[in-house]
Amino acid sequence: MEQLIQQIAAGLANGAIYACLALALVMIFVSTDHINFAQGELAMFSAFLCWQLLELNVPFLLALPAVVLFSFMLGVGIERVVLRPLHNAPVLSIVVVFIGLLTIFNSLAGSFWGHTIKAFPSPFPRIAFPGSGYFGPHQVGMILVTVAMLLALFAFFRFTPLGLAMRAAAQNPASARLAGVRVDWMLALGWGLAAAVGAVAGTLVAPMVYLEPNMMAGILLYGFAGALVGGITSPGGAVVGGFLVGVLENLVAYFGNVLERSTGLYIVGNGEKLTVALVIVIVVLTLKPSGLFGSVIVKRV
Amino acid sequence: MPLLEVEGLKAYYGQTQALHGVSFALEPGGITTLLGANGAGKTTTLRSICGMVATDGAIRFDGKPIAGRATEEIVRLGVGHVPEGRGTFTNLTVDENLRVAAYTRRNKTAVQRDLDMVFEYFPILKARVGQQAGTLSGGEQQMLAISRALMLGPRLMLLDEPSFGLAPLIVQEIFRIMRRINAEAKVSMLLVEQNAALALELADYAYVLETGRVVMSGKSSVVKSDEAIRKSYLGY
Repeated sequence: MEQLIQQIAAGLANGAIYACLALALVMIFVSTDHINFAQGELAMFSAFLCWQLLELNVPFLLALPAVVLFSFMLGVGIERVVLRPLHNAPVLSIVVVFIGLLTIFNSLAGSFWGHTIKAFPSPFPRIAFPGSGYFGPHQVGMILVTVAMLLALFAFFRFTPLGLAMRAAAQNPASARLAGVRVDWMLALGWGLAAAVGAVAGTLVAPMVYLEPNMMAGILLYGFAGALVGGITSPGGAVVGGFLVGVLENLVAYFGNVLERSTGLYIVGNGEKLTVALVIVIVVLTLKPSGLFGSVIVKRV
Repeated sequence: MPLLEVEGLKAYYGQTQALHGVSFALEPGGITTLLGANGAGKTTTLRSICGMVATDGAIRFDGKPIAGRATEEIVRLGVGHVPEGRGTFTNLTVDENLRVAAYTRRNKTAVQRDLDMVFEYFPILKARVGQQAGTLSGGEQQMLAISRALMLGPRLMLLDEPSFGLAPLIVQEIFRIMRRINAEAKVSMLLVEQNAALALELADYAYVLETGRVVMSGKSSVVKSDEAIRKSYLGY
């Protein structure tokens, strides 16, 4: 029983990371209708930048905002410079550009900082608190940061005029222009927000998996699964989906282990965690393509 | 000074030239209509004014040249465009549809006043305020489109076939309210219609387009009563 609770706790903590990444994916999807495959590598790059600042003895509370701000501008810059000329390009061209960005940032990080793994210090204080047997301080911190970020983004999109303008621009660019919305900037802003959320995800995950250029490869898949489970159009759904995927992968592995111990029959275990994520993606896409919370577009004809 | 002046306007869709030097002017306060058959260039003229197609020639709004400027900048000067197909934000609520259009305005009391005005003109929108706009009927979406343009606080409204695909009774109601908007909110209008009889009823001045050129113009009352014009250009 103790072990089960521990597994769920660890799942929630991992889920926080998947949730962050899912949130970043949703951010770009709702404003541009594209899945940014380079999202993970951008987050990894941001994490490296943060690590570099920490190495230069910049305090974490200064380094993180600086990196988030820089990532925001990097995201805006990528949209304006790389994707702007492709606004009317077919989806496949854009997918190729995303994959190109993925390799570029992966190689850049490799050539700047090398491929050896680096320890990344947890920003959260090592203190004991009720329940710290199940959750480490870093895990609790991750979950809190993720939830706070979601609430902030939700409030931004739901209650501010700029958030509304971004949603309008995402949905009907021609009409948004006629409402005086600078659509091109809204897309860039969406990219910036996604990169900023990704930067937080990257710096949070780095202390758990060690820092290296390929650290986000698997995590992006989990984030993708989370976004799909929650519904790729719903930021709140993405976060719930992220947590769900995190807990599910641990539970599947846990029950697989239990089964093996009691019967000697090995079906799933820790090695199949990534497979679980992929199975989730396939099942969701087949049975409920709009996800748990995604909006089904109602159209009257 | 005319509110809108168009001089020698040419418009292109890729290699195809759709307008061949259209010129007209619109005095403030009135309703002007552009008439003509399918493909005469009515919609293109409206889209050119809002910077939605590549153009040559001069367009002046309130004396300021606006040709070649971005759509959103032209709109911000006070040009409300009710587009062909209504341009509804189907996933946003009715309320959000209206608020997007007021997004650039800083004077919140004026925005609230305009929102009240819109609901007074179209009470049905008030009843549907929290509803997803995609679930509205065609007529309601047309009302929403006109309301969105009004929420910009425009001085000029460009209306692209507001009667399209709607039942005659609904069309009558919408046209009646357009007349009120023109008179009460002091919004000048440039109306594009295939239904010439309907448009001449509402407008006080008319231009007739044929294959991208203005072929004649005059007061609505004159155009309406000239049988030769009616038969050769307006088809009724």
